[in-house]
Amino acid sequence: MPDEERTPILEVRGLTKTFPGVVANEDVDFTLHEGEVHCLLGENGAGKSTLMNAVFGLYQPDAGQILLRGAPVQFASSRDAIAHGIGMVHQHFQLIPVFTVAENVILGNEMRKGPLLDLDGARSRINELGRRYGLHIDPDALVGDLSVGEQQRVELVKALFREADILILDEPTAVLTPGEVDDFFGVVRNLIDQGKSIVFITHKLREVLAVADRITVLRGGRVVGDADPAEATQQSLATLMVGRDVSFTIDKVPAEPGDVVLRATGLSVADDRGVVTVNGLDLEVRAGEVFGIAGVEGNGQRELVEALVGMRASVGGSVEIEGHDVTHATPREILDLNVAHVPEDRGKHGVVGAFSVADNLVLNRYWRAPFARRGLRQEDAIDREATELVEHFDIRTPGIRVPVDNLSGGNQQKVIIARELTGDVTLLVVAQPTRGLDVGSIEFIHRRIIEMRDQGVAVLLVSAELDEVLNLSDRIGVIYRGALVGVFPRVDATRDHLGLLMASGAQA
Amino acid sequence: MAEPRPRASTSDRLRAVLHEAGGLQPVLVPIYAIIVALVVAGVVILAIGKNPLDAYWALLRGMFGSPDRIAASLGRSTPFIGAALSVAFAFKAGLFNIGAEGQLLVGATVAAWVGTFSWLAGLPGPLLIPIILLAGVIGGGLWGGIPGFLKARTGAHEVIVTIMLNNIAVLFVRWMVGSRDPVILRDMSASVPHTAPLPAAGRLPTLVSSEPPLHLGFFVMLGLCALVWFILKRTTFGFEVRSVGTNPNAAKYAGMAVNRTMIAVMAIAGAFAGLAGAGEISGTTGFLSPGVFASIGFDAIAIALLARANPYAIILTSILWGSMLSGAGLMQQEAGLSIDAVRIVQALVLLFVAADVIVRWIFRMRRDGAGGLASTQMSTGWGSTT
Repeated sequence: MPDEERTPILEVRGLTKTFPGVVANEDVDFTLHEGEVHCLLGENGAGKSTLMNAVFGLYQPDAGQILLRGAPVQFASSRDAIAHGIGMVHQHFQLIPVFTVAENVILGNEMRKGPLLDLDGARSRINELGRRYGLHIDPDALVGDLSVGEQQRVELVKALFREADILILDEPTAVLTPGEVDDFFGVVRNLIDQGKSIVFITHKLREVLAVADRITVLRGGRVVGDADPAEATQQSLATLMVGRDVSFTIDKVPAEPGDVVLRATGLSVADDRGVVTVNGLDLEVRAGEVFGIAGVEGNGQRELVEALVGMRASVGGSVEIEGHDVTHATPREILDLNVAHVPEDRGKHGVVGAFSVADNLVLNRYWRAPFARRGLRQEDAIDREATELVEHFDIRTPGIRVPVDNLSGGNQQKVIIARELTGDVTLLVVAQPTRGLDVGSIEFIHRRIIEMRDQGVAVLLVSAELDEVLNLSDRIGVIYRGALVGVFPRVDATRDHLGLLMASGAQA
Repeated sequence: MAEPRPRASTSDRLRAVLHEAGGLQPVLVPIYAIIVALVVAGVVILAIGKNPLDAYWALLRGMFGSPDRIAASLGRSTPFIGAALSVAFAFKAGLFNIGAEGQLLVGATVAAWVGTFSWLAGLPGPLLIPIILLAGVIGGGLWGGIPGFLKARTGAHEVIVTIMLNNIAVLFVRWMVGSRDPVILRDMSASVPHTAPLPAAGRLPTLVSSEPPLHLGFFVMLGLCALVWFILKRTTFGFEVRSVGTNPNAAKYAGMAVNRTMIAVMAIAGAFAGLAGAGEISGTTGFLSPGVFASIGFDAIAIALLARANPYAIILTSILWGSMLSGAGLMQQEAGLSIDAVRIVQALVLLFVAADVIVRWIFRMRRDGAGGLASTQMSTGWGSTT
């Protein structure tokens, strides 16, 4: 039967949703057919999540209609939506870490035997769901002990446990490693084979093409187009999504490396549990080059970066920056050597969410003139600097006094980039600079990093995105179990070879 | 998440001021909470067969009914301001100072002790009074610094440590002031245990000799509020305090010495409480009797909460708190109600501020995202230490 004649399982007609000062969705139409994966593609802030939150009953639309199997429905809350067979897995999981998988799954929908919880019944249903959908998970494991990928599986089981037919997955791959992403696509296919229908929210083009049956692109709260994954290319989707041509590769002149700026010798660092995750690592980064570190996450990247910028004590070896021994230096002492750092976790380290955009834009130099004199903050100087950076880095914000929490993730990252890439910088340490960002922002941030290199800054890039490392780096090192297992000039590095090193640590 | 559109705005500063004040709602919630508390307490008063309107009218006149009563109310409020600032300042750094009680007592004890040093006896007031107050500041500061230090060094939670230090302070001071053998701080010429009186030059000038008197310490406390506001808003140290309070990880990333800041904040918070204690010794009593300051430090937590940790709001909430206690006497005389009725009202005010959902429901207020910040922090900051 052709698509047009089937009654869609879910249909959204003319949905409009405004927040004070912002139109999040404007006259959006969206159709999901039974047994398909429908990708909702758009940049951060395009209104994808808002649209699906409205479908899931979390927001009340201002106008428009939601139809389920042809019948109009109105959901006062997510409870209603769940009762109608809709399940949603949010970007941030709604799990209780100290509960077991089974306890989390039945939470809010407790199976009972008299006054007692029927955990045995829950366990067997979870196992059964696991068998049916390929979502194997130990019902008695504590959620806090599970990996992010496994926690996501718990969320899916939770939705299936409530007999959801329609699954809304909000950026499900943002938290997964490349290997987990492939597994996840297998799960998605499995769910479709078992008769589920899926809305897949993402901004990653590669994934869309890999998993989608149909694609709807949102931009600025409106539907700007539909695409057929069989015909679309990454380039055509990106153009639709961003509204202009986007380049995936960076044009850059060859690097002109100068003196060694950063040198780590035999560096060993332990993680929070005391396990040594960086193990006798040697590293040199020169002025005017980008040194990229590729590797599967969890091979010591985080601890390495934190040790280099003074946030974590090392357990062996030494670090020098421009000839100064900074092995035991404080973060402030290292900052004073003009080291800039774009941290991996922007919410945790990069910004103080409740503080204004302006305060966050001077977070790495608030104590220096002209932003402070004799211990007193100079609000005018801070405001001037903030206004200039907002303009220069195209940070989308209603004003510089707005809490940075109110900004989208991409714009928060721009705040960090703007702050760190301004002023005198001799060494720039960037970790996962574009995680969770859309194509437009990624391009912007990549350009800025290359600009810094061209000005003679030594750049250390740590990224789990192999494309990013390949795109930006002049030299590439692969980190495996806390040590660099290979360092190549960019021209000698191939995707396959790096992939092999990342996975096994062995030279081919 | 919707992305806000860029908008050139000239009202940026105004909005910032509103935001810093947390919009109008944080002001409205406590006011509404007071109204609801009065109504609910009125029902209780009715239930025991008294007329709540008569009671409240007597209470109000007891609070502000004459210049003398107003002075007494302000006098009663004075130590609350310093103690509440202590709680609020620590709170800005994400620390829960449950120890204002002990810090105030230690500050008062050190002040009462130092003030009676025989070699200070000849000093004129303008020299002796600052010395006495400084003694209180140092005493309270050290007592407050202990939990800060233990937290920074060992991770010991400041709530537990300050609670224990309260008990230690209370019992230790009672022993020091009460002991006859050995005599430590006890004035042996008095029949009830208290310390020797301060020399007249060591007494803060009394402005109105009401009961309790309104002394210069009240205005010292007002100045302290302005100082705290200035430190938090205008100094880099205040910026560090607020950063450590809202996101210690980012503070560390920005090169701030998180542990050192926590120790400093707790010591400064203790110093505020200590100053409040010393001010009472010098301004009100002239000597220390153990137990006289009981529960000021705990009321201070309520006052700081009611003020949402805002230094200026603390002036108002402290006066409200102190004047209710001061006015309760007249209510007892005229309406035949126990003074404890005021405690019921206060407890209900606090309950409705803490459980602001009830108030919002009654008055059909909507929760706004940014404005609720202060309250959110009050309720979620607990235990969010790393």
